[in-house]
Amino acid sequence: MSETIDLAHAPGPRKLQIWRGDLTSGELVEYELETEPGMVVLDAVLEIQRSQAPDLAVRWNCKAAKCGSCSAEVNGRPRLMCKTRLDHLPADEPITVEPMRAFPLIRDLVTDVSWNYRVNKQITPFTPRESLKPGVEVNEKGEFLIDQADTDRMSEFRKCIECFMCQDVCHILRDHRLHDRYYGPRFMMRMASLDMHPLDGVDRLDQIADEGGIGLCNITKCCTEVCPEGIHITDNAIIPMKERVVDQRHDPLLKLLHRTPNKGRRKPPPRTETPTL
Amino acid sequence: MSEQGIEHHDYDVLILGSGGSGLRAAIAAAEAGARTGLVCKSLLGKAHTVMAEGGLAASLGNVAPEDGWSTHFQDTMFGGKYLNNWRMAELHAKEAPDRARELEHWGAVFDRTPERTMSQRAFGGHTYKRLVHIGDRTGLEMIRTLHDRTVHSNVEVFMETTVTRLIKDGDRVVGCFGYRRQTGELISFSAKALVLATGGSGRIYKITSNSQDCTGDGYALAYEAGAQLVDMEFVQFHPTGMVYPPGVAGLLVTEAVRGEGGILRNANGERFMERYDPKRMELSTRDVVARSIYTEVKEGRGTPHGGAYLDVSHLDSDYVKRKLPSMYDQFLELAGVDITKEPMQVGPTCHYFMGGVKVDPDTGVSRVPGLFATGEASGGMNGANRLGGNSLGDLLVFGRRAGEGAAATANASGPVTLPPEAVADAQAEIEGFLHGSGNENPFHMHRELQKIMGDGVGIFRDEEGLSEAIGKLEELDARVANLRAPSDRLDYNPGLQLCREVKNMLTVSHMIARGALLREESRGAHSRLDHTGYSDYWGEHNIIVEGTSTQEMSLTPTPVVKRDELEALVEARKEAEKAS
Amino acid sequence: MTTVATPPRRLGATMRRDRWWVQPVLVVTSLTLFGVYTIIHAIVSNYYAITAGGAHLQSPMFSPDLPGIIQFHTSLPWAFLVLWAPLGLRSTCYYYRKSYYRSFFLAPPSCAVAGAARRKYTGETKFPLVLNNMHRVFFYFAVIVIGFLWYDAIRGLFYHGSFGIGVGNAIMFVNVFCLSAFTFGCNSWRHLIGGKLNCFSCTPAAQTRHNAWKRVSILNGRHMQWAWISMFTVWGTDLYIWLVSSGAFSDPHHVF
Ligand SMILES: Cc1cc2nc3c(=O)[nH]c(=O)nc-3n(C[C@H](O)[C@H](O)[C@H](O)COP(=O)(O)OP(=O)(O)OC[C@H]3O[C@@H](n4cnc5c(N)ncnc54)[C@H](O)[C@@H]3O)c2cc1C
Ligand code: SF4
Ligand code: SF4
Ligand code: FES
Repeated sequence: MSETIDLAHAPGPRKLQIWRGDLTSGELVEYELETEPGMVVLDAVLEIQRSQAPDLAVRWNCKAAKCGSCSAEVNGRPRLMCKTRLDHLPADEPITVEPMRAFPLIRDLVTDVSWNYRVNKQITPFTPRESLKPGVEVNEKGEFLIDQADTDRMSEFRKCIECFMCQDVCHILRDHRLHDRYYGPRFMMRMASLDMHPLDGVDRLDQIADEGGIGLCNITKCCTEVCPEGIHITDNAIIPMKERVVDQRHDPLLKLLHRTPNKGRRKPPPRTETPTL
Repeated sequence: MSEQGIEHHDYDVLILGSGGSGLRAAIAAAEAGARTGLVCKSLLGKAHTVMAEGGLAASLGNVAPEDGWSTHFQDTMFGGKYLNNWRMAELHAKEAPDRARELEHWGAVFDRTPERTMSQRAFGGHTYKRLVHIGDRTGLEMIRTLHDRTVHSNVEVFMETTVTRLIKDGDRVVGCFGYRRQTGELISFSAKALVLATGGSGRIYKITSNSQDCTGDGYALAYEAGAQLVDMEFVQFHPTGMVYPPGVAGLLVTEAVRGEGGILRNANGERFMERYDPKRMELSTRDVVARSIYTEVKEGRGTPHGGAYLDVSHLDSDYVKRKLPSMYDQFLELAGVDITKEPMQVGPTCHYFMGGVKVDPDTGVSRVPGLFATGEASGGMNGANRLGGNSLGDLLVFGRRAGEGAAATANASGPVTLPPEAVADAQAEIEGFLHGSGNENPFHMHRELQKIMGDGVGIFRDEEGLSEAIGKLEELDARVANLRAPSDRLDYNPGLQLCREVKNMLTVSHMIARGALLREESRGAHSRLDHTGYSDYWGEHNIIVEGTSTQEMSLTPTPVVKRDELEALVEARKEAEKAS
Repeated sequence: MTTVATPPRRLGATMRRDRWWVQPVLVVTSLTLFGVYTIIHAIVSNYYAITAGGAHLQSPMFSPDLPGIIQFHTSLPWAFLVLWAPLGLRSTCYYYRKSYYRSFFLAPPSCAVAGAARRKYTGETKFPLVLNNMHRVFFYFAVIVIGFLWYDAIRGLFYHGSFGIGVGNAIMFVNVFCLSAFTFGCNSWRHLIGGKLNCFSCTPAAQTRHNAWKRVSILNGRHMQWAWISMFTVWGTDLYIWLVSSGAFSDPHHVF
């Protein structure tokens, strides 16, 4: 599906409606600018900042879709501004650019995403199991022995650039504002990547079910729809984690057999705080 | 604790920068028992290092068992055209494998060999397959791992906080001053030791792979504080950046594309590297490949958008998607090119600064007591040209050493206080940007600066162009005092941010242009059209930059720091090169 | 510079421009129709098998054929004694959950479209929705039903003991194939077969399960498609059998 960009047909002027304002008040303000071929929304916003609205607040850093700073809602959908080409958006109407809604607004397009960092702090980082089998799990140089198959499963989740757009679109946070009861898809997935690490030594399932609040997710998959990295958050992380919780808490058969999953994994240290918005 | 209502914090060790080197330093300092703070301009986990793609060079010998630190050392020296600080190249080659394993123990997940160890890939200038990697997002893996480790290491983090001044008490650095970007509130820090991990300065060029943060703040802050910088004229232009569409020009196309078998061709379909480096071809060192592409384009054999073709369409398309997923995505999304079917168009882009603050290799301390530097902010390790993958190793090896060095200094030192005059002075600077009488627009001046550097101090340089550029930079010097943000609001003011950054970039530009003028030879990343060969004198000398302002900048050729016990290795490599 | 009004935040509020409501409307319509149809036919409980000319084509909604196999005779709608398993599988299926939570519960109606904000939203943590965690139990029983459906399809090839083939047979096989593709793409199955392992490579058994997991993952990647296709094939098969057995037309077939 390749397409060439036609230089002869200069793209011409476009209109952008950008959200301007803070927590107290705000509105969409319309700007018009000349565009270049292949221009992305972030180019347009920065050009407007440079020439028309020098105090326009916008967060960005890499402009290469790698850092996850420039998340915004473009024509109503969460997008990375630096990865959204103007010529992929309908040409006959203005493009709306608004801040993410699940987080408190700082100003214009910039939101306060610090809640995500507070959630992350509650998650015990990777901790190797206490005894690793020499020659099977660790070699004589102290290097881990892990198969590519295991790496592949974990590394899908580790592609996450923390743009927090999945958090933004998740209705548990966006509509119901349950930031104190659900870690959100990004961190469910982070816990999944740790739980699926063959050498991880922490039993994370209680946290996933209780403070993490995995039961609140109704697998409506909006997180997966918006992820710029194309991670199958729901199918490959959240549902498997729900199933692991079922193993531990709901499956009548396993209960009968007294099978405890996560054998050999230690309980993590108790969490110190409930992350609130 | 506050002075005139300014928020204040006190630490044993304060780290500036949350890239790989800053995070590694913070972890080391905290583990050494120092009360550690970390300040960064962006959000945590978003620093420039997340963009690193190809891998981390470490002679683990998992793919090539014959590899070892001495070959890695020789490769680094050869790549750096023997201007490297020998001790740094040695420490890096020796310690990188341990740092890579340590990263894995902290949860990083890398691609595997069939024997289930860390896989390693080929990269330009490395004798053996040496780069530990995960797909083409190694930097992200590293940042996320270090980020999580830092968060659980008792390090206090100040995100979106910009440091505008280092503060000295007598001849010693005792802290710094800046503001919180989200609110514009001023903030000061006192610290017994301060580590600059502020990265490079790619934003002085228009075509760059660097992120917005890379404005040379650390170089300028250290310079102003009296530190010495080394070899600032060596700016690495990465051979393969995107050239089209205009909005993404400069965006990096990772060297892994060539590492995995990508082929460079000109518009006539010739595999032109045969003419420039028949032995290493596409995997020659970056300086050579960049100059080759530039020359092809200059001589009229460029692609429609002024670059060279880089082709992986002969490789299996699933393999390409698995090994280079973000490249596949980047071209499909941004340029509408499916790299498994069509060639990419690429050209050189400003990428990395070999130069930087001159530091003690073992501890990272600069000439100024209390001031440390590490990562891209420090100089010396890479000489005249950096090999791909040597930066990520550098960040870990010297990040750790600087963190430990800083903690040791802090432990040995009594409490420090910030002299009120210095704080007031720093505050006045920010006031000036907001409410001063000047009328220079930082957005415009940034553009002008980029044009000057691109025109006069690019890949190929000559006396005339450099002198002209320096003249223009001096004109900017006169105007820089009049910088004022177009808006005077405090919260998230991009103009305010850019005012100080433009000042820093101007200082850095002076260093580069003046160094380039002084170094009358072509070596590594520095190519003079009017002095095309190697010079014996310059092959033995680094250029040390120091001074008090852009006007009073002194550049002194200083002999390269060698080490007797490494002499044999270096000589052996030189002989081998001569022989072939 | 012109200004535009602040976007409101009520149910359905969104800045999306596309026709996001089409999908929920389609889902509500087809699930409702299917449900009503199934319940009516199960209650009516007739015309569920083609038996003319020695054929035995049993409707998948009435399988296993309790009256035929274990001589279970009742005037009550016996089909419910078996229907709970496949219907239970479907209503606790991760894909169907997604589609009814969106379309019926409006939580959320579509992505980045404001749902009914409920301060007491409890997701799947409270009765009755917590029962959705029993999905794998329905899976176990649904597998048994699938076995019977294959049995039915094969049995349908024999007309008074002689091998024959016809449109009805083809429909039966397509249906049971699609149902199997749906059932064995189940997320719970994917977990049980291999997903629950933390190490895919540590033992030979784990390696075998990893291979199975990879195959199930392929089916699972198309779980939504199979869910819809198999729902319509069941529906279609039942309708075909209803029509033929009620005498609307006869099933074209050839007995060898
Ligand atoms: C696209 C790309 C690909 C690359 N690929 C590779 C590769 O494959 N292998 C390899 O070895 N190298 C690679 N590199 C090079 C390598 O990524 C960088 O050299 C390295 O990341 C620099 O790290 P650092 O820790 O020194 O600083 P950076 O990561 O640049 O971080 C600088 C930090 O300092 C902060 N900072 C700056 N100024 C201030 C201030 N005034 N106040 C407060 N904070 C401040 C910033 O916010 C940031 O957190 C690549 C580079 C690019 C651009
Ligand atoms: S699938 Fe779950 S986590 Fe993802 S958006 Fe929906 S409710 Fe949120
Ligand atoms: S999972 Fe995807 S959408 Fe969510 S934060 Fe990570 S990259 Fe963004
Ligand atoms: S600026 Fe980094 S993702 Fe857009």
